[in-house]
Amino acid sequence: MNRVVITGIGIYSSIGQNVDQVKDSLYHGKSGIGIDPERTEMGFRSAITGVLPQPDLKGMLKRRQRVGLADQGEYAYLATLEAMKMANMDEDFLANDNVGILYGNDSSAKPVIYATDQLRLKNDTTLIGSGSIFQSMNSTVTMNLSTIFKLKGINMTISAACASGSHAIGLGYTMIKNGLQDKIICGGAQEVNYHSMGSFDGLGTFSMRVDNPAEASRPFDRSRDGLVPSGGAATVILESLESAKKRGAKILGEILGYGFSSNGDHISHPNVEGPTRSLEMVLEQAKMQAKEIEYINAHATSTMAGDLNEGKAILNVFGKNQPYLSSTKSMTGHEMWMAGASEVIYSLIMMHNGFIAPNINLENPDDELKDLKFAFNVIEKDFDLFLSNSFGFGGTNSSLIVKRFKD
Amino acid sequence: MEREEIIDKINEFLVEEFEVEEEVIEPEANLKETLDLDSLDYVDLVVEIESNFGFKVNPEDFAGIHTFQDFYEYVINKAEAQSA
Repeated sequence: MNRVVITGIGIYSSIGQNVDQVKDSLYHGKSGIGIDPERTEMGFRSAITGVLPQPDLKGMLKRRQRVGLADQGEYAYLATLEAMKMANMDEDFLANDNVGILYGNDSSAKPVIYATDQLRLKNDTTLIGSGSIFQSMNSTVTMNLSTIFKLKGINMTISAACASGSHAIGLGYTMIKNGLQDKIICGGAQEVNYHSMGSFDGLGTFSMRVDNPAEASRPFDRSRDGLVPSGGAATVILESLESAKKRGAKILGEILGYGFSSNGDHISHPNVEGPTRSLEMVLEQAKMQAKEIEYINAHATSTMAGDLNEGKAILNVFGKNQPYLSSTKSMTGHEMWMAGASEVIYSLIMMHNGFIAPNINLENPDDELKDLKFAFNVIEKDFDLFLSNSFGFGGTNSSLIVKRFKD
Repeated sequence: MEREEIIDKINEFLVEEFEVEEEVIEPEANLKETLDLDSLDYVDLVVEIESNFGFKVNPEDFAGIHTFQDFYEYVINKAEAQSA
């Protein structure tokens, strides 16, 4: 079995569009949440969302390479460029080596709606344009990035709701561990627009704190009233230890375990048993005791049931040995298909800079969760081992354990 | 719309949409090679014609178009037929 290490990370998010910016936001507890006036205009109950600039890739990519990219593909391209640079992999390297891509993505609503609007308006399918189909499919990110970077290995999108990005890393880890591939660009991407969020808003899932968006996402706080949708893209380059050493790559961390489970229960209402099994599995896979974990980056999205049930699962598994716990979604909002990958990056940034990011807006935790060891404020701490949780609709659960690399 | 006006408008969207320098657009130059068009790009030419001139054409019609001049004549003829 191969050891699997991380040799590059790249991020494009509401709290920063590169690793350095994100590091500052995490340390200072800076929120990336704001109001989208288009959502107000479209009759959303809540217009609160993560806010990030739309990249302009003209001049960076040729027209044919750009027209197939949906919003989240543009974020993913920039995140991947940053990760490649860190991993010391240039475009020639990618084109001539055997590198794969496994990226999480679970919607591409805007181009689908745009195409349908055009068709209704023009009654002519040609007038939808040539890029639409490549922007509309769930595999839009992997089909575009694999073409742009001329990748020759595994090429696939992982769709697993809000655990997509985490499963993408878990599956990449599994492939490299088993010797099927040496290097895989993993990650997660999430479109940020009203098109993809209307029906989610209609379910009453989003926070209604429109007067104070920065305080809207408050995981584990008693006064939480719903999640805040957000997005962007996060790229995590995985590699076998042997390959990383051969290339002389800087190693940012080692993946020690991937745990997963399905609730087998309600489509949207989370339970305690499913996440508990995912946590138990990842510890078993990593051959670790619960007490060895130093930090958990929670899935907690700021919903009443989700945060409570995750907290209970963590209490079940970690008992009296509670690691520090925070949900970075308090700052980023819920990055959904991207979150499992971005939160591994956020945790890696903390591990390399000696701090634990705060769970901002957490003032009064639920009574049942008082024994959890929350990071209410930023904590200066060197640590070597963290666990990242991601759960999604349909009861899909994923947990990853990452350790600072030691030979 | 006058011939010159149509030609200017075509050149304008080719420069903007297909990202070529205006200098490379010569009436006798090869359209496909100069603009580096693949089969998908003809779909976007159809979109540009519709959005600039308000009429629909078929991507298949481009089979007989080789030079920029051919392309201008094709659009001019279609525009005239539309206004006739």
